Amino acid sequence: MAKVPVQFTLNGSEKAEFIDSGTTLLNALRDKIGDTSPKGGCHQGTCGACSVIIDGELRLSCLTLAETCNGAAITTTSGLAEGGVLHPLQRAFLDTFATQCGFCTPGMIMAAKVLLDHTPNPSRDEVVEALSGNICRCTGYEPIIQAVLTAARANSQNAA
Amino acid sequence: MELRKNYFADVRKDDLHEIGQPRPRSDSPGHVTGKTAFFADRSFPGMLHLKMVRSPHHHARIRSIDTSEAEKHPGVAKILTARDVPHNVYTILILIQVGPEDETVLADGKVRWKGEAVVAVLAETERAAQEAAAKVKIDYEVLPAVFDMEEALKPGAPLVNEYHGQNYYLYDSGECRKVRFGDVEAGFASADHILEQSYQSSPIEHAPTETTGCVVAPEGNDRFTCYTNTQAMFFTLDNTSIILQMPGSKLHFVGGTVGGGFGGKVDVIVEPIAILGAKLTGRPVSFVYSREEEMQISSPRAAEKVVIKDGVMKDGRIVARKVTGYTDAGAYSRHSPYGAQKGAGHYPGPYTIPNVWIDTYCVYTNRTPSSAMRGFGVTIGDFALEVQMDKLSRLIGMDPLEFRFINAYRDGDMKAHRQPTEGAALIECMQEASRAANWPVAEKFMAMSSYRKGA
Ligand code: FES
Ligand code: FES
Repeated sequence: MAKVPVQFTLNGSEKAEFIDSGTTLLNALRDKIGDTSPKGGCHQGTCGACSVIIDGELRLSCLTLAETCNGAAITTTSGLAEGGVLHPLQRAFLDTFATQCGFCTPGMIMAAKVLLDHTPNPSRDEVVEALSGNICRCTGYEPIIQAVLTAARANSQNAA
Repeated sequence: MELRKNYFADVRKDDLHEIGQPRPRSDSPGHVTGKTAFFADRSFPGMLHLKMVRSPHHHARIRSIDTSEAEKHPGVAKILTARDVPHNVYTILILIQVGPEDETVLADGKVRWKGEAVVAVLAETERAAQEAAAKVKIDYEVLPAVFDMEEALKPGAPLVNEYHGQNYYLYDSGECRKVRFGDVEAGFASADHILEQSYQSSPIEHAPTETTGCVVAPEGNDRFTCYTNTQAMFFTLDNTSIILQMPGSKLHFVGGTVGGGFGGKVDVIVEPIAILGAKLTGRPVSFVYSREEEMQISSPRAAEKVVIKDGVMKDGRIVARKVTGYTDAGAYSRHSPYGAQKGAGHYPGPYTIPNVWIDTYCVYTNRTPSSAMRGFGVTIGDFALEVQMDKLSRLIGMDPLEFRFINAYRDGDMKAHRQPTEGAALIECMQEASRAANWPVAEKFMAMSSYRKGA
């Protein structure tokens, strides 16, 4: 099958690959580039486990063709911690017991990050809305909602 | 959370150091950084992808299988049918002597449920495997199917599983698990009221976010490493060893990281065939359920039917209980004979009843094989029992919580299956629930104890 070139930045570093045309960004990231933090829970756009951030917007990488990402800046959960220091969202997920099996966690953190980037002090309803595309079968969601609200509070305290 | 000091005060010496204290989970740092390695996060050069050809029929004889077109499909490495599997007929609980072996790894001559695996296709890419699977031609003769447990138990019903010879699991106690305690008919005769109700549930899918699967890598010395999300590592290793007729020393299982299980990943389904594929091709193999397979193919919680007849006195005492339980195993046993057996021990509930009569059946139908799920065998029963308890309390005009205090089991009470009650805490739980829910009960119930005689 003819290969097509793709080039983008992933968590700030340049990536270039030849892929089969039609490869999803999820498969390109996981199988080609080796970033397995986005998870494939359904490969059909229903679970949110594959969520990544493309140019500041939340995207389902299982429904995004890798070849449409040329020149994009892509962020995944594996790139959030800086110099070994956890991102406030990661810290909050730990502290509020927002992970059980952990399979939904990277996608949840991506959805939460986009929310807080746009809305630093969200209401509970806004958190629920922002996470509504991400399925968690373990926690019952409440600890995840608390984690996002906790991270938002931590951010605003740091900013003050 | 706080465990009040007054509960079990005279037998509790502790100061609780752990309970009620947050402790970090050791796996969370991996989860929040995306570093936790789930099985599908491993891949190996030259890895093949396995896709199953599945039965479109609930019950059918297989007249012929033609894989010639599929074999020619570009990228196909190997196609497996029943005759490639060394020991094709197995059952998971044979390891603890719960037989007979009744399930095929790949269907041989017959399919017994819609979705049953018939042919395995291994190819260079998932897409090639999928396309080749669509080219496998199977000629079926459709047979009558049965989907209802009571229909399946009637004479003349289609026989689902020849390895059993009848549509129920044959226990050493006969066609069902039985509990007989006291004299249930005398209990009913003495009762002020009798209430008989039946309760039913549908199969329930666990729907874990991570689908079932495994990745197998041949080690080059006839040894295979299997990365899997099984919840039952040693069951899987031992059953794989039986199915593939390979010593366990040739099998290295790596797991423990499960993206949601809830009981849905205790069956031995993907590993044996993936390891066989790796053995016959000499290449790594990935077999991952699609979301559709997870929802349609993986075992659900069994459908159940529970018929409860209770005799109750005006003063609140339950004097007799008769229960007939049915567990829908689907086409194969998996863990269901055990689930139905658990039900038999459980149906009196956490209540002391002097006269009990229980029959529980594990029934075969042409539905998706059911298996374990969080408290299987007892959870649906608990729903039925507690709805029944509410109805009984209404029948005699008593507060439903006080009614439960009257019947609650306490240390030293003999249970219907002849295990003396030890370590009961139902009364204390209900006392705390009464407080927390602001649902007051009479002072005498708040003074009761599970273990102090006389209280
Ligand atoms: S894998 Fe993309 S939404 Fe489920
Ligand atoms: S923690 Fe398991 S799915 Fe969310």
